[in-house]
Amino acid sequence: MLDISNLHATVADKPILNGVTLHVPAGEVHAIMGPNGSGKSTLAYALAGRPGYAVTEGSATFTPTRHPRESGDPAEQERLGSRFRGNDEGLDLLALDPHERAAAGLFLGFQYPVEIPGVSYLQFLRESLNSQRRSRGEPDLSGAEFIKLAREQAKLLGMDAEMLKRPVNVGFSGGEKKRAEMVQMGIMNPTFAILDETDSGLDIDALRAVGAGINRIMRAPGKGVLLITHYQRLLDYVEPDRVHVLSHGKIVRSGGPELAHELEREGYAEAAA
Amino acid sequence: MTAPFPTRREEDWRYADFDALRPVWEQFAELVTITVGAGESLEEIWLPIAEDVQLRRVQLALGAGARAGIFALNAAPVYGRIELEVSLEEGAEFDLYAANIGTGLSTNEVVTNVKHLEPNGRSRQTVRSVLNGKAVGSYLGKVEVAHGAQHTDGEQSVKAMLLDRGATANCKPELEIYADDVKCAHGATVGELDPLQLFYAESRGMDPATARALLLEGFIMGLWDTASEPQAICEAAREALRRVV
Repeated sequence: MLDISNLHATVADKPILNGVTLHVPAGEVHAIMGPNGSGKSTLAYALAGRPGYAVTEGSATFTPTRHPRESGDPAEQERLGSRFRGNDEGLDLLALDPHERAAAGLFLGFQYPVEIPGVSYLQFLRESLNSQRRSRGEPDLSGAEFIKLAREQAKLLGMDAEMLKRPVNVGFSGGEKKRAEMVQMGIMNPTFAILDETDSGLDIDALRAVGAGINRIMRAPGKGVLLITHYQRLLDYVEPDRVHVLSHGKIVRSGGPELAHELEREGYAEAAA
Repeated sequence: MTAPFPTRREEDWRYADFDALRPVWEQFAELVTITVGAGESLEEIWLPIAEDVQLRRVQLALGAGARAGIFALNAAPVYGRIELEVSLEEGAEFDLYAANIGTGLSTNEVVTNVKHLEPNGRSRQTVRSVLNGKAVGSYLGKVEVAHGAQHTDGEQSVKAMLLDRGATANCKPELEIYADDVKCAHGATVGELDPLQLFYAESRGMDPATARALLLEGFIMGLWDTASEPQAICEAAREALRRVV
């Protein structure tokens, strides 16, 4: 579902990723662990297309469950067409703009969710979802339909729906911001989620709620997750199929869920050596 | 007797549009005085009127512990000026949230003089401008802290977005402080939308044009977040933005 091959990326001309190769099949959750500065967030940003995160070598191919060529909109097919890989199997993720990646089904859960004063969460999310839907040739959700969906998802994450009337992330605590990221994920219902330290800054109850949210929204045969984390904690709730260790911009070790326990016990220096 | 017509030599009037001002001067020149008594509070929302030239000159006197919040939208098609002289007695609090929205050859300006006369006062001025075409948007703001007005907290935050190379933003925060234990911060930026906010919106599926329009709206709408009855000014600001963007 997500195929990353020999990915090199620089930030401000400084090489951060030095050849990441990673294959996440549909239906699996992969965890990426690694010390500070190993390139975890850079990997997330490069995949989502953040300006300033320049991919200098390698490829990333994304195969959404729903192929954009099936959208039925000839204009959209025409526009995206040349950027598909020749075999029609997957999207050349790196050739797409950030909003096209989102419309194709990719979701990035931010480590530091961004505050946007003056724009309410409801307005932000409705605009986002309907933009995605238009890109896919689907009709807009009406105001009433959207509010219903947003309320449902907020409730499932244990978040007071009234908070969605407030400006995006303004005045939210660290934990509330992360919960809100998961509410966003529930509303967007992506096919692939990259979650960048979604567990940091969460207390135990919030961690449990976020873990349950990830399982509910993303544990499905046609979906995939890349879970970036420092700690074993979140993996108690969202059990990964594979665990990878990123160090100096490369995957240095991969293993089953037991690798996370080993890392927790022995530290990165030992386990990655 | 009408106040004498201003001249360009006066600092506060250096960006004004005198040709537009002259015909309406007689009508609007007099200062309107508003007094907020000790411990009382006031909220004012100033909407634009349907005139090419709009001039509002207000003197606001805050008694001890009084609070005033002014929400002002300055979006005159030709020339708009909001002029505000504020005096604060002990512990008084003053908040100004003002927007200049303009396009074409319009000039809109917010000119303030906030005088902290006694200790423990707080003033916060937040001014946002969105300018297109050859429009000019200005903020000339002075904060005076009188001798003995210790523990004054004065803040000026001024930001402008220029949507066209021909548009101009003038920003002149000024401090005149005669007390030694005060906090007076000011910040001013002219420029671009925040690239991280843009990326956040795009990562959620908005195309760049939609994301920009939404952030620009938020840039102005954030001013009214604390107003108790923001509907009218929100609607007027949206309308002004639609005209300008």
